[in-house]
Amino acid sequence: MPSYIELPAYEIVKRIKDQELMAEDYIASLYERIKKVEKDIHAYITLTEDLALKKAREIDKKVKQREKTGRLCGVGIAIKDNICTRGIRTTCASHMLEDFVPPYDATVISRIKDEDGVIMGKANMDEFAMGSSTEFSYFGPTHNPWDLGRVPGGSSGGSAAAVASGMATLALGSDTGGSIRCPASFCSVVGLKPTYGLVSRFGLIAYANSLEQIGPITKDVRDCALLLSCIASHDPLDNTSVDRPQEDYTKYLIDDVDGMKLGVVKEFFGEGTQDSVEKGVLEAITKLEELGSDHQEISLKSLQYALPSYYIIAMSEASSNLARYDGLRYGYRIPNKSYDWSTVYSKNRRFGFGFEVKRRIILGTFALSTGYYDEYYLKAQKIRTLIKRDFDMAFKKFDVLIGPTMPILPFKIGEKVQDPLKMYMCDVDSVPANLAGIPSISIPCGFSKGLPIGFQIMAPPFREDLLLRVAFSFQKNFPVSAKLRSYE
Amino acid sequence: MVTILVERKKTISKEQIESIAWLARIEISKKELELFSKQLNDILAYFSKIDEVNTKSIPPSYHVLDLVNVLRKDEVKPSLSKDIFQIVPQTKGKFVKAPRMA
Amino acid sequence: MSKIKSVEIKIGLEVHCQLTNLKTKLFCSCSSDYREKEPNTLICPICMGMPGTLPVLNEKALEDAIMVAIALNSKISERMLFFRKNYFYPDMPKNFQISQYDKAGGVPLALGGYIQINGKKVRIRRIQLEEDPGKLSYEGTIESSTYALVDYNRAGIALIEIVTEPDMETPKEARLFLEKLRSILEHLGISNGSLEGSMRCDANISLRGGKRVEIKNISSFKEVERALNFEITRQKSLIERGIAVGQETRHWDEVRRITISLRTKEEEQDYRYFPEPDLVPVIISKDQIKKIEQSMPELPDERRKRFIEQYHLSPQTAEILTHSKAMADFFEESAKLYDKPREISNWLTVEFLSYLHDRGIEIDELTLSPKHLVDMLKLIDEGIISRKMARSVLQDMLLTGKMPDAIVKEKGLEKILDREYVRRIVEKIFKENPQAVKDAIVDKKAINYLMGQLMKATEGKIDPKMAGEIIRERLSKLSKFATS
Ligand SMILES: [Zn+2]
Repeated sequence: MPSYIELPAYEIVKRIKDQELMAEDYIASLYERIKKVEKDIHAYITLTEDLALKKAREIDKKVKQREKTGRLCGVGIAIKDNICTRGIRTTCASHMLEDFVPPYDATVISRIKDEDGVIMGKANMDEFAMGSSTEFSYFGPTHNPWDLGRVPGGSSGGSAAAVASGMATLALGSDTGGSIRCPASFCSVVGLKPTYGLVSRFGLIAYANSLEQIGPITKDVRDCALLLSCIASHDPLDNTSVDRPQEDYTKYLIDDVDGMKLGVVKEFFGEGTQDSVEKGVLEAITKLEELGSDHQEISLKSLQYALPSYYIIAMSEASSNLARYDGLRYGYRIPNKSYDWSTVYSKNRRFGFGFEVKRRIILGTFALSTGYYDEYYLKAQKIRTLIKRDFDMAFKKFDVLIGPTMPILPFKIGEKVQDPLKMYMCDVDSVPANLAGIPSISIPCGFSKGLPIGFQIMAPPFREDLLLRVAFSFQKNFPVSAKLRSYE
Repeated sequence: MVTILVERKKTISKEQIESIAWLARIEISKKELELFSKQLNDILAYFSKIDEVNTKSIPPSYHVLDLVNVLRKDEVKPSLSKDIFQIVPQTKGKFVKAPRMA
Repeated sequence: MSKIKSVEIKIGLEVHCQLTNLKTKLFCSCSSDYREKEPNTLICPICMGMPGTLPVLNEKALEDAIMVAIALNSKISERMLFFRKNYFYPDMPKNFQISQYDKAGGVPLALGGYIQINGKKVRIRRIQLEEDPGKLSYEGTIESSTYALVDYNRAGIALIEIVTEPDMETPKEARLFLEKLRSILEHLGISNGSLEGSMRCDANISLRGGKRVEIKNISSFKEVERALNFEITRQKSLIERGIAVGQETRHWDEVRRITISLRTKEEEQDYRYFPEPDLVPVIISKDQIKKIEQSMPELPDERRKRFIEQYHLSPQTAEILTHSKAMADFFEESAKLYDKPREISNWLTVEFLSYLHDRGIEIDELTLSPKHLVDMLKLIDEGIISRKMARSVLQDMLLTGKMPDAIVKEKGLEKILDREYVRRIVEKIFKENPQAVKDAIVDKKAINYLMGQLMKATEGKIDPKMAGEIIRERLSKLSKFATS
């Protein structure tokens, strides 16, 4: 049997449209793969095989009847479980929403349906996207396809692991402080966090509204451009969605970085950075230089305050966003007891939320409370201004900025769960892009002791074209071979 | 209501955690309180790093975009009332049933 | 108990008015026509605060709010922000309310301004837009019920909050302020104050030397005066007994008509205001303000001036009429049909007003139209009914909504116009009261007794002028006989 599961999406689309491949056969082969490896990896919370096969058959029929088909014609996509799907339960990996079936689609889901994408299922994640390892899932952790004893990164760990292990051709993740790029790096796939405002957040279950974006997680840069083209559109339902012309990002897949100026951010190679990661990323930079680009080091002093600022803002917003989960209108509610409403709420939230979520809500509530607002929330938002200014300044000198996506290689499952602060430290290189609202892509640049290394490229707002160009050039000239494993 | 800390060091007492948890409507057990107390204070100690920065004349960036005036027309659109009511955990007639208020 | 001098009292109000003319809610496209509707049938993922949903501001709500700010002489912010007010309560789907704030970097819709009541300026502190919560109900009372029922149809309805400075000195002034505010909003056509729960308010009050006490849960304007009067009496008696009034929040119990202290944990609120990340700032340009200002309808103060000029009313009468839009409209409608405006205003400001006041209703809640009043006035002009009869006809009209001619017919109230018939009655009265007749011949003033007898015999259906004429005519005949 030809291994469709290894093909990138643009190949699948071409074959289905040319009637060389039946969408149904291809989707069925993805589920066969799932049956084989999901027990080891646990990338999904919910699988939607019947719906997917039905949709595949519809697409095959459309193709046969020469009807117009979309840009994702028949492609199997894993959806992070914090993106609302009408009629398919959307849990946010939380006990609180274990049985929550939204009666509406997120805007990105409507876009994917319009483009004839096929939803494979809902991908595992850290509960409410709070985590960097996908260990904080009510449904249990996801395992890294490259080393089952290690984490796949987070919070979109299920999405990245599904793509890396051939259980989906494409995936959607969300990135609040690195949640797309971190697992992309740990799983050796491509992950892009778009500019804040490029992709609609309507239907994305909020963790920290002012920081997060939905974005693609894919096998390669071309797929990344394809999926981004499909989901990036103005949405009147989202106040923070920017009204700009629809773009076809695949036209920026140009193998040419000649004369481009790359800034290597000194702060991204801080003390917590593992040698193997530093070495891998520096090698990647050298390779880009071989392609004709220039690089120079730059220091962005404000970045040393990015991580605490990020956590203060994210936790504060989260404490308010997650207040709605009280068990009254939907979600987990303790069996009927004679408690008063306040007690019922407190118990619903005690048993409905996991530890990490509760920690963040409590800290966020604290940071917004009387007497602390100025020294935490306000101060963090001011530092955000400084970070934005530093990036603005840097982009006057450089086309793009480069650094490691993660300071460390994928770590062992259980290694950091007991120490939240250690876990937070993993995000040190990814949060600046969220604070500044700028786009950032993580692409694989090699392995160290069998574990993937990724590096990230950042560009000014709405310059996804630059990210794709640099990433595409790198990938084309220095492909990182990553053969699918059989897990047998 | 919590009072302003006098000392520069950022800490949170167990009593504060309990009162904040109540404000956030999260019941916490004694064991959790012990655990959270240690963890939250570690995190707050780390957060105090931002005290180093002078941000006196810096405006906050509540919104990273320059977008303004995103409005909609005053036009009724079909809602999903029935679907929404269907998933309410406890109802009485056409009402959402809430626990006792007093 | 001694009377409290008005200077000792400071009252401030926080008024919440629904923008009842809007078709949809503040941040979603659900119908806002929630009254008399089945519970939880006007809800959508947004106003139910379901996961992943985002608010979008209703453009008309913004325009309405700007109009209010202009009408209240407030300074409209160039760039306003929405803030989240965080607190848990079962009527709040998100457990935070999207509102505005004037601290922590918050910029509400408008600051400052005033409303003039009887020549006095009551200053406005701020005006802001926010969403209404849902509605809770109980089987029995809140204390005894083992559960609460929630209807979220009201959740997300657009409210404007108007906060005053503590410039009012009597409960009556507070009521007048609210009535004037209502009249302004109704003139603007943005809020119908007669809809139940469309205007609610919290009040704060301090007596000289005492702390500020807040009274919450006042569901209508009528209750405000009552609640404040109760609170003044309560605080006064505390002061007289040498007990200090503490700063606190009290709830108005409409049924028992008392304020109750709520010393529960719930009182220790910490709303953790912060900017709403899901709503971008709103820039209000001078041009937009100008455009709205030009499109604004006539306001009560302008209308009052016009009434004085156009209808030659006294300033007091004009003030009373324009104090309520419905009343002013009723007057003008009537004046179109009948060209004696002062006659109309007399009836409105005396008879109508006392009837309305007794029942605590507005004129547009009556089943009575301007045509009723005008037809009645015409019956007086035509001499069909007397002024006195008209009063009783009016009472009937107010109660039944029937047209005046129908009432007159039904009750046989037509004035007696037949002079011969009257003469016969007068003859009879003269026979029965010989002494009175004698007195009347000698003393002109004694005629009143005979008049009274005549009115009694005709049940007042006779024109007093005609009655006097006929009695005097008869008397003069008698006196001629007597002298000849
Ligand atoms: Zn709605």
